[in-house]
Amino acid sequence: MRAALDMTAVSKAFDGFRALSEASFAAYPGEVHALLGENGAGKSTLMNVAVGLYRPDAGQIRVHGTEVVIDGPRTAKRLGIGMVHQHYKLVKAFTALENILLSQGPPSYGAGLRAVEEAVRRHCEALGFALDLDRPVGLLSVAEQQRVEILKVLVEGARILVLDEPTAVLTDREAEQMLLTMRRLAEEGCAVVLVTHKLGEVKRHADRVTVMRGGRTVASADPDALSLPELTALVVGASVERERMPAKRIGDPLLRIAALAGTRADGLQVLSDATIVVRAGEIYGIAGVGGNGQTELAEILMGVRAPCAGSIELDGAGDLCRMTTRARRGLGLAAIPADRSAYALAGGLSVAENYAAGAVLSGRFGSWFRLDRRAVRAATAEAVRAFDVQGVRAPRQKASLLSGGNAQKLVVAREFADPPRVVLAHSPSRGLDVRASGAVHQRLRAARDAGAAILLISEDLDEVLLLSDRVGVMSRGRIVAEFDTPADRNAVGAAMVHHV
Amino acid sequence: MLIDFLVNWLAAVPEFAVPFALAALGLLVIEKAGVLSLGAEGFMLVGALAGIGAILGLGDHPAIALAAAAAAGAALSLLFSLLVVTLRVNQVIAGLGLVFLAQGLTGLVGTTQGWVNRPIGGLSALSFGPLSELPVVGPILFRHDAVVYLTVPVFALAAWILGRSMVGLRLRAVGDGPDAADAAGVSIGLMRFGATAAGAALVGLAGGYLSVGIARIWIEGMSGGRGWIAIALVIFARWQPWRALAGAVLFGAIEALIPRVAAAGIQVPQYFVGMIPYLATLGVMIWTCTRSGSRSLEPRALGLAHAREDR
Repeated sequence: MRAALDMTAVSKAFDGFRALSEASFAAYPGEVHALLGENGAGKSTLMNVAVGLYRPDAGQIRVHGTEVVIDGPRTAKRLGIGMVHQHYKLVKAFTALENILLSQGPPSYGAGLRAVEEAVRRHCEALGFALDLDRPVGLLSVAEQQRVEILKVLVEGARILVLDEPTAVLTDREAEQMLLTMRRLAEEGCAVVLVTHKLGEVKRHADRVTVMRGGRTVASADPDALSLPELTALVVGASVERERMPAKRIGDPLLRIAALAGTRADGLQVLSDATIVVRAGEIYGIAGVGGNGQTELAEILMGVRAPCAGSIELDGAGDLCRMTTRARRGLGLAAIPADRSAYALAGGLSVAENYAAGAVLSGRFGSWFRLDRRAVRAATAEAVRAFDVQGVRAPRQKASLLSGGNAQKLVVAREFADPPRVVLAHSPSRGLDVRASGAVHQRLRAARDAGAAILLISEDLDEVLLLSDRVGVMSRGRIVAEFDTPADRNAVGAAMVHHV
Repeated sequence: MLIDFLVNWLAAVPEFAVPFALAALGLLVIEKAGVLSLGAEGFMLVGALAGIGAILGLGDHPAIALAAAAAAGAALSLLFSLLVVTLRVNQVIAGLGLVFLAQGLTGLVGTTQGWVNRPIGGLSALSFGPLSELPVVGPILFRHDAVVYLTVPVFALAAWILGRSMVGLRLRAVGDGPDAADAAGVSIGLMRFGATAAGAALVGLAGGYLSVGIARIWIEGMSGGRGWIAIALVIFARWQPWRALAGAVLFGAIEALIPRVAAAGIQVPQYFVGMIPYLATLGVMIWTCTRSGSRSLEPRALGLAHAREDR
């Protein structure tokens, strides 16, 4: 059979940096082909070449056997290559149909709308999508918005679909459905390219996998023929420690969350009667489907949302709920929020300013009327080294220029600058590659072994099971089950969904 | 007596409402494309002066004068677009700067050309024969000039273009999700230049109507804050054309009432009366803010310059 998309020896350099070195990739109709690699391995660059966003410096591209030059997104569209980007390109105030109409660009609005609606309904039926086409997409869930993006690409007539990290923003259950959709698209004869860094996804859902490392394609194989350690080794070059390292010494209860209740931004009560006890020297992991109160729990603990009822007792300090965020941090509360850019970093400020923000009140960086910039720079440079934050050319550089993994390392460096007593870690490895999340996990374990109480909230069940010393399952705003570890993955998974 | 007062008042409302309506519609078009235009007062002044200038220079042809007013507004908008779209200057500052520029410029040109205080013939009311002579209905509905009657079709056309055409879809996309519009191949710069020019032409036309249709004379600063009220009207209307028209009629009614209250011998301090439109503006804005929940069509990218890869 002829490959739908066949890229041979593609190279691409940016300002002398070789993002792609003779990468080769072939996807066939009817298959789900995973493109696996760490952040920065060149997956997205390679696919951006395929959809015409980048021009390759060298290499050949064939589409259904014909050699082509893809000189822009329009050409890619004409050749039937479509991509669903990680950040959706949707107008939030428009309905799904209007969004698809915008990308289609027919000459007439009325006739175009009818044609698009018919095509969309046909695809919805084939894929089993239930979607409100007349609601502004801003009011749809992230998973539904993703479906709109897929429909957009399909209506444009794509037969080669590139999905860039499609499950990164979805909950487990939504991701599962997304992967089923992918399978159905492949059954209809599309070539589906799944760009991902999640090994489990590749093992479970891909027919073939091409592994990229450092801009090269290092292997192309049947994922069933490779064991998880073998696959990991291909991705990172050397095997990364994925071994559980349980707590050595667990002390007395340090943090007692009792009967906590809280509301979501729109007033709906999503947290009710949550009771959690975390002991010194342990990681307590909260597993659960997203939207069951985890975000609100994290926000209440950080002090950016007020609870309706209940208390959070820190041993020897009293009820945190009555304290300002500043007082809580003074008592040794460190937080790694899920939304880094909103809660943890000010993107427009420099790396040094972001780092120093945690400790300016301590007096370490000068008195109240004078900021000791030299001390800030020195401390930042040291933290950047100690926490292996890469991509910092100078402490003055804007924090928003850091990649996700390095931004997270910067957050961790600041939060752990003083040994914390209590750590809140909310989806700490979201969007991070294997190596960066390994580093973050390592820091969490180190803090635990130094005697801190760590509350880990994550929608990634594998992460919870890997790190936690005890696991609580959160559903409808309360802990519905608790497990000692090592916990049975299936039992925890069952508790997560049975209460939904 | 009361009937006479009411008929007189209502008959005057359309002429007072049209400048608000056209200016608000123009601003709405500009803002739908994501450009915050605080320079409305400037576009109006330039339009008003151009209208008078056209009549004094080219003879008493109101249609040509109004076209000149619209063209002047559009021309000035090119400078504004150059600043905020191409150079990505802060839109608030550019808008305010434009108002002061237009105030100075129109004052200068008006004086040096000797256009100040020279009455003109201007726009006259259409005649509908016997219909215009009907009691009550005649003066209220059938004794206005052509611009009044054209305003409603202009609103219908604008509402249709914005809501039911591909151009409108692209324009709204540029104002609501510039990244998505960019990805769909819409040229953000071109769209914003175009929308700003079209909108500014309407605001200029509103100014031209003030000088050619109502005052029939050029007085420095004659727009008298109507541009600012039009900005508030767009917020009040939540970026929906027909609500903007309703708001314009409301403000036209208030403005038409003021001289009549004084003429009726009711003792109200003159300055308080002059304050009423602005007081009403503030009231309306507070009312709009407290009534959250209902659907606002405020463009999400309003006031934000667009740059690819901007971080």
